Amino acid sequence: MGFDVEAVRKDFPVLSKEVHGHPLVFLDSAASSQKPRQVLEAERVFVEEHYANVHRGVHTLSQEATDAYEAARSTVADFIGGAHDEVVFTKNVTESVNLVAYALGNPGSPVPLGPGDEIAVTEMEHHSNLVPWQLLAERTGATLRWLGLTDEGRLDLSDLDAVVNERTKLFAFTQVSNLLGTENDVATLVARAKEVGALTLVDGAQAVPHQPVDVRSLDVDFYAFTGHKMLAPSGVGVLWGRDLDALPPFMGGGSMIETVQMTGSTYAPAPERFEAGTPVISQAVALAAACDYLDALGLDNIKAHENALTARLLDGIRDLRGVSVLGPDTTEMRGSAVSFVVEGVHPHDVGQSLDELGIAVRVGHHCAAPVCRRFGVPATARASSYVYNNEADIDALLEGIQRVQEFWSA
Amino acid sequence: MTESLYQEIILEHYKHPHHKGLRDPFDVEVHHVNPTCGDEVTLRVKVNGGVVEDVSYDGHGCSISQASTSVMTDLVIGKPVDDALTTHEAFLELMHSRGQLEPDEDLLEDGIAFAGVSKYPARVKCALLGWMAWKDATSQALSSDQKKDTA
Repeated sequence: MGFDVEAVRKDFPVLSKEVHGHPLVFLDSAASSQKPRQVLEAERVFVEEHYANVHRGVHTLSQEATDAYEAARSTVADFIGGAHDEVVFTKNVTESVNLVAYALGNPGSPVPLGPGDEIAVTEMEHHSNLVPWQLLAERTGATLRWLGLTDEGRLDLSDLDAVVNERTKLFAFTQVSNLLGTENDVATLVARAKEVGALTLVDGAQAVPHQPVDVRSLDVDFYAFTGHKMLAPSGVGVLWGRDLDALPPFMGGGSMIETVQMTGSTYAPAPERFEAGTPVISQAVALAAACDYLDALGLDNIKAHENALTARLLDGIRDLRGVSVLGPDTTEMRGSAVSFVVEGVHPHDVGQSLDELGIAVRVGHHCAAPVCRRFGVPATARASSYVYNNEADIDALLEGIQRVQEFWSA
Repeated sequence: MTESLYQEIILEHYKHPHHKGLRDPFDVEVHHVNPTCGDEVTLRVKVNGGVVEDVSYDGHGCSISQASTSVMTDLVIGKPVDDALTTHEAFLELMHSRGQLEPDEDLLEDGIAFAGVSKYPARVKCALLGWMAWKDATSQALSSDQKKDTA
C-alpha cells in the first residue's frame, strides 16, 4: 500500500492554518502531535452517546462506557503486541515511569532496593525517565548509574557490562531519544539486563508513534508511551507490564481495591490495581481510535515516509554552512527528531525567527538537559516530522534556516 | 523578520553588551537560570551607601535575555537603590503588559525597546532573567547590610 501524505494532511484541520501570514509548517510533533478528525470524531461520539463513569454502575450508559473503555484497552494492547490485562492507562509517560518507580519502592516490591543495589539509566534520557529513578535511589539508598554517550550521539556500549552489573536491579532506557533522534539497540541492552537478572523499563514515547513496536519481541518488563504524541488527546498514557500483578500499588483510592476495612485493604488484580480513581475515559477511547488510524496507514509505511523526510532534512542541513546536527547524521537506527544548532544564533532566537515564517520547531533543552550538557550547548532547536509532514515542510525549514542566518548575521 | 520583537537597540546590546564580565569587589553573587530554555546568568552586586555601585555579570542565553541584562546594568549602576528598584518595577510592569502599556522613556531609556517582547509571553522570562537576578542579589545585599547595622 502506498502512503499518500496529501490525503493524510486533509484529516488534520489545523494544517490549513496560517501563522504570521504564512502557511503553518508544523515540525514539533516530538513534543506533541496534531489530531486527525477521525480521532476527534471517535471521542465526540463516545462522549455524546455512551458516556458515564466506568466500572461503577449497573445502568446502561455505565455499561456502554465500560465496554468502550475496556475495548480501548484491548486495541491499545494489540497495537504493541501485548495482552489486555497488561495495559494500564496513566496520564502520560511521566506517570507510567513514576508508577513503576514508586511501586518498586513500596512494601511488597518484587525487588526491594537498598544500599548496595543499583539502578541503571542512560545519559540520553528524557527527565521523565531519569528524575523518578534519582528519587527512587534517594528513597532507598540505592545507587544510580548511567551509560554515557559517544560523540555521534549513540550509547557508549563499552561501559555496558560495568554499568549494568550483578548489583543492578533495574535498567531503564529510552528506545528513541527525543533530543538526538538516536534509536537504541533494545535487544543488546535487554540481553545484558537479563544476564544479570535486572528488570527492564523502556521509554517508548518517541518510538510507538513512528514505527512498529512489539513488546514481546523486545522482551522487556515494562514499556511506557503516551497518547498525545501519537494523534490522541493529551491526558492519556500507557504503562505495559509483563507481570503487573507482581507489583504492589502506587496510588491508592477507589477502583484499585478488592476489600477495604478500617484496619487495611487488599487490592484488585492488574490493571485495575494501578488505576485508582476515575480514569481518563474518553481520552482512552480516543487513543484507541488513534491506534486504528495509525494501523490503517501502516506503521512500516509511516516509518518509511518519515525516514525519507529525515534524510531530506539531514542532507539539506549538511549543505548549510554554520548549521550542525546533534545526533546521528543518517537515518540508520534513527527517529525523525532532528536537533540542530545554528552557529552564532541562540536556539530561542532561531525558533522565534522561524515562527515568524510560520514554521513551528521546539527550542530548549527538550527535558533532556544532560544531553545538552554532554554536547556543550545550552539548548537546541529541534524539528520533528510525522505522518502529515511533506517534502515542502522540510524545504520550508531549510529555506527558513537560511533566512534566520541572514537576519542574524546582518 | 520579527521587527516588533527584535528592535535594533536589542540587537545592538546583544552584539555589544555593556558591563559584561564578573568584577570585584562585590557584596553578593547570585546564579539564576531559566529552566525552560537553559539560559543562565551569574550576577554580582556591589551596594555602597544606598547606591548601586556596580553590577557585573556573565552568562549565556538568547538575544533577549542578554540584551535585557545589558540594558538593566545601564539603568541601575550609579543609581540610588530606591530609584533602581522603581525602574525595576516599571520594567516588570512593562513586561507583563502584553503590549498594552506605553513605556516611560525617561525612566526606562533603552528598556523601552523591550515593549514588543511583552507580546510574546514565552519570551518574557528571557527578558526578566537578568532583572530578577539583580533584584535578588540587591535584596540579599541590603538585608546583610541591615544585619551588620544591627549587630
